[in-house]
Amino acid sequence: MNNLFDYTLRIADNALILGHRLSELCGHGPVLEQDIAMTNIALDLVGQARTLYQYAAEVQNAGKTEDDIAYLRDVYDFKNLLLVEQPNGDFADTVVRQFFFSAFQLPFYEKLVHSKDDILRGVAEKAVKELAYHLRWSSEWLIRLGDGTAESHQRAQKAVDNLWTYSGEALIADDLDNWAFTEGIGVDLESIKTTFDKTINDVLAEATLVKPTANYMQKGGKQGRHTEYLGYILAEMQFMQRAYPNMAW
Amino acid sequence: MSNQEMPLWEVFIRSRQGLDHKHVGSLHAADATMAIENARDVYTRRQEGVSIWVVESKHITASDPADSDPLFEPARDKAYRHPTFYEMPEGIKNI
Repeated sequence: MNNLFDYTLRIADNALILGHRLSELCGHGPVLEQDIAMTNIALDLVGQARTLYQYAAEVQNAGKTEDDIAYLRDVYDFKNLLLVEQPNGDFADTVVRQFFFSAFQLPFYEKLVHSKDDILRGVAEKAVKELAYHLRWSSEWLIRLGDGTAESHQRAQKAVDNLWTYSGEALIADDLDNWAFTEGIGVDLESIKTTFDKTINDVLAEATLVKPTANYMQKGGKQGRHTEYLGYILAEMQFMQRAYPNMAW
Repeated sequence: MSNQEMPLWEVFIRSRQGLDHKHVGSLHAADATMAIENARDVYTRRQEGVSIWVVESKHITASDPADSDPLFEPARDKAYRHPTFYEMPEGIKNI
């Protein structure tokens, strides 16, 4: 398998899995307005994933389609961050997960618009505006929850504490990240760390939340080693194609 | 969430530059910032607009339906108020 295929999947899988997680909340949001807001974000992310999977299928050149890649791979073949597969939990958990991810994804795509790869560059150019809104939405809600009532503050802090060790995996570069950066295709993760840290620090401070001190970060998702949650996500997401192979609608 | 924490807001959307804002519906929000963002998410998903106004519903004063006779009935038989008695020159459009 080639590096470009793997690198494209890494970006696409984050979008699909988080998009799927958010889609689980469709019809279950805390209020109608946020139900629609989260569904909008889910649709943005799934849309990004589709274009990337179409490209991955083309790069792979094995006669497969975007649907094969999304629906017929198993847990170890998915290269998404552990963060995006974490459960929706309560509204604070959902907001914090979105905030940590968007704080990474926006600066990542802002760099990806300089990629030498036409498709990755095109996806990034289109998605940057969507991501700016995701970051704004999740930041404002985290500030409202953190700086809100005693209960919302306590729940927001708990969500930050619980998800903290999943916040750093995105910025830990491995051989594939280094390959992509050296080739001018991908992003130098070191170069977005300052922006990421500043976003986290500023928003947590304004939300009157305490930034956890733990330095240890969970990792493995980018290499295909996942938490137990991804299997359940795939079981639901892939059910139709597994039960009725090649069905179309 | 009680209505006191999340009061009702009326939403007005301008669909294109040059047109006026039109009332499209209402939603709940804690403050004006949230109302604008909620309106963006609820009412502009299908490219309905280029501009949003929100106003808290309590700030709108409405006419009383019981007053509709004294308010609106007197205009009914005054057809001369409509500009329909003028001869239009040929070639005039958009009137």
